[in-house]
Amino acid sequence: MKTQETQTLERPEEKAPEPIEKVSIIISKGSLEGVYPGLIMANGARMEGIEATLFFTFFGLEAVIDKRMDNLKVATVGNPAMHIPTMIGGLPGMSSFATKKMQGEMEKLDIPPVREFIEMIHDTGAEIYVCKATVDMFHLEEEDFCEQVDGVITVGEFYEKSAGAEIIFT
Amino acid sequence: MPELKTLELDKDGHLANLDDWSPELAQDLSTQEGVGQLNDRHWMVINYIRDQFMEKGDAPSIRKLTKQSGVSTKELYQLFPKGPAKKAAKIAGLPKPKGCI
Repeated sequence: MKTQETQTLERPEEKAPEPIEKVSIIISKGSLEGVYPGLIMANGARMEGIEATLFFTFFGLEAVIDKRMDNLKVATVGNPAMHIPTMIGGLPGMSSFATKKMQGEMEKLDIPPVREFIEMIHDTGAEIYVCKATVDMFHLEEEDFCEQVDGVITVGEFYEKSAGAEIIFT
Repeated sequence: MPELKTLELDKDGHLANLDDWSPELAQDLSTQEGVGQLNDRHWMVINYIRDQFMEKGDAPSIRKLTKQSGVSTKELYQLFPKGPAKKAAKIAGLPKPKGCI
């Protein structure tokens, strides 16, 4: 998750490829495993000194809706990589069980819960936006979001803000 | 004190030998990294990550650092702009941190 740094003191004549300076990360899924990769990528970018913008769209909004963000769940159905048969994955409590397990593993790696992670990423100077079309579709208001959300923007505005950035869709 | 440019570096440009590091050298490294004059707050971070490294063999995650060192995420990014984890580790004479968080 780190960009390769080839710059050294003694060999300034060696030309390294242009480093990435800015990323725009789109988070479009609302399951726990759908949200975390984008958050980790955004935080990792800031750690490397790369500018980062997060754009939440469709069910990705769950991660920044104040009332929902603490309760995201791992999807246990329709995910062959979970290695749980679909019928078993659909039993009551399976998703909560898988979620608890994953949260435990993440805590060991020092990956914070969603709310803390969003706060942390915002504190690094990254900007956080939500998709206007989704906000309209789900009949949401600006007050529904956590305070770290910098605004509700259109797709056009998202592209404007992403000028010069690598766009990553998750 | 040995000159910075005569010291052996690893592939990431960090000091290759922990023993080469000194507080004076940290200031040279800081200047070279564009972080500038080190103040008490920078030193809180540097000392904390050095202690953690000596104890655990890797620099702490940013989350741990901000929770335990008394320097907030916001301040950390102000103190070490352009990549706090890597810059702080470099100035502290440590290898690039291995963690992703």
